[in-house]
Amino acid sequence: MIGLLTIKLLLAAFVLFMVMNFAGLHTWIERKQSALIQDRIGANRASIFGFRLMGLFHPLADAIKMFFKEDLIPKGADKTLHTLAPIFSMFFALVAFAAIPFGPPLEIGEQTIDLQVARIDVGLLYIFAMLSLGVYGVILAGFASRNNFAILGGLRATAQMISYEIALGIAVIGMIMVYGTMDLGTMVEKQGALIGGWLPGWGIFVQPVAFVIFVTAALAETKRAPFDLPEGESEIIGYFVEYSGMKFGMFLFTDFVETIMVACVATTLFFGGWQVPYLGPDGFHFPWGSEILVSNLVYVLLGISSFCFKVIVFCWVFMQIRWTLPRFRYDQLMTLGWKGLFPIAMANVIVTAIVLYMIGGTV
Amino acid sequence: MTRKVVRRPELTFWEKLYIPQILSGLKITSIHFFRNLFLHISHRLGMFRNRRAAVTYQYPEELRPLMSRYRSRHRLTLRDDGSPRCVGCMLCETVCPAKCITIVPDEHPDPNVEKFPVRFDIDLGICVYCGYCVEVCPEDAIRMDTGILDLASYTREGMRLDIHQLMDPELRQPVSDCNLDFPHQCTVTGEEMKGSWDLVNKNAEEETAGHE
Repeated sequence: MIGLLTIKLLLAAFVLFMVMNFAGLHTWIERKQSALIQDRIGANRASIFGFRLMGLFHPLADAIKMFFKEDLIPKGADKTLHTLAPIFSMFFALVAFAAIPFGPPLEIGEQTIDLQVARIDVGLLYIFAMLSLGVYGVILAGFASRNNFAILGGLRATAQMISYEIALGIAVIGMIMVYGTMDLGTMVEKQGALIGGWLPGWGIFVQPVAFVIFVTAALAETKRAPFDLPEGESEIIGYFVEYSGMKFGMFLFTDFVETIMVACVATTLFFGGWQVPYLGPDGFHFPWGSEILVSNLVYVLLGISSFCFKVIVFCWVFMQIRWTLPRFRYDQLMTLGWKGLFPIAMANVIVTAIVLYMIGGTV
Repeated sequence: MTRKVVRRPELTFWEKLYIPQILSGLKITSIHFFRNLFLHISHRLGMFRNRRAAVTYQYPEELRPLMSRYRSRHRLTLRDDGSPRCVGCMLCETVCPAKCITIVPDEHPDPNVEKFPVRFDIDLGICVYCGYCVEVCPEDAIRMDTGILDLASYTREGMRLDIHQLMDPELRQPVSDCNLDFPHQCTVTGEEMKGSWDLVNKNAEEETAGHE
């Protein structure tokens, strides 16, 4: 028997390994996807022994370059906070992954292992708390740099986060009402039920309005175009203007990690997490009556790959949006957040409450 | 003065919703994405080679097609026997607005041909690529159709082309020994290479020395 701690450590290592690698690959995805969208080829010159592998070595080259750059801390800046800011930023983005269930329970002998680093009863709250704390690093970077542009970027980030977190939270309240729980594992399990015998009970079919609001607000949380006002590279360079080398790289990296984070949350809440349509713990049960039975291991593997597939699709969509839409003006951003998303999210909660009262209880 | 009122079109409700507009934008980018992805994969498999997936030219390996009238590096055209068609009439040197052409003509051994160039030098460092020399030449002896664009050198001297390089665009300086036969006379005057930049430099040095 393996100890619980060992299992949890292994799971954490697995999640970190996957997330960090995928985030590193995101630089490649970003370059190549934008290139495809804009009829270009994209970075493809970095090579090892003449092998280019479609530019897959560029993230590696980037990392090497970042590590060898001079690390500057401006005169008059707060050294401690200046150093801590990227660490905070990165830390909170990574820690949030602990609550994401990425696969169905795995049975090894007598033991049942939840494929989730930490099964927290208020997992959803935990994730939102960590996402909110993520902006802490950004604000610190702005304040500690002793640069007016950096402070502007930090303030913009703060205002943006606060405005959109409200919409984000209220959008999710509808989900909590429907599923009657804040535990992400239970939420995913409940999404396995079928609506009317054929439609998977995924969050997007139950709460489509909440999904749109959630994705919009979540995009704003990641601080990437069209919501990259904290960075605003053409006006103010943003909160990381005084950063260089790998510290700067960590801020960039955090953006990618947050994108993956948001994709994971969207998958978990609205696209059934690791659920495969019509797949139960013992096999497929199709609405037309046929059945394919699978073992527990196959079930788990199918679940994990389903989760990964959905996350990758979400990342693709986010990247596509990032390369389609230009940046919002600041007043437009605030208008959208306060006059657009916030009332709609509130209306969604009220309508959900009324409907739930009429049909009596949770789904 | 009249005042013109510019009426900006009001956004319709449909446009204010953002979402349909965002979707139409996503449609455009997605069409490009999937079209190019499909073409790139097809190219790897050797299909649809004639349709480009990207507008990019991978420069050092892949050169852009040039227009036929494009003015690139000069060359001197040759007769059937390999000697330059140039008759040393000096028209190109005269017309050149940048004064980058230097010709030293000599009497041709063949009585049917009046003169030939002993030296024909072009300093590409000051050439403006106007093409007048090509237009003015009565013998079609100089052309700018080599298609060579990547002219770069670490020194100003490196930009000077002598008759060897002009007759054979493949050649690069320094030209170690004269490979031209009749009527070019590289080694006529003693040990000096007549018709190469070495001589010009030496003469220039002597000239400046004389002035001093």
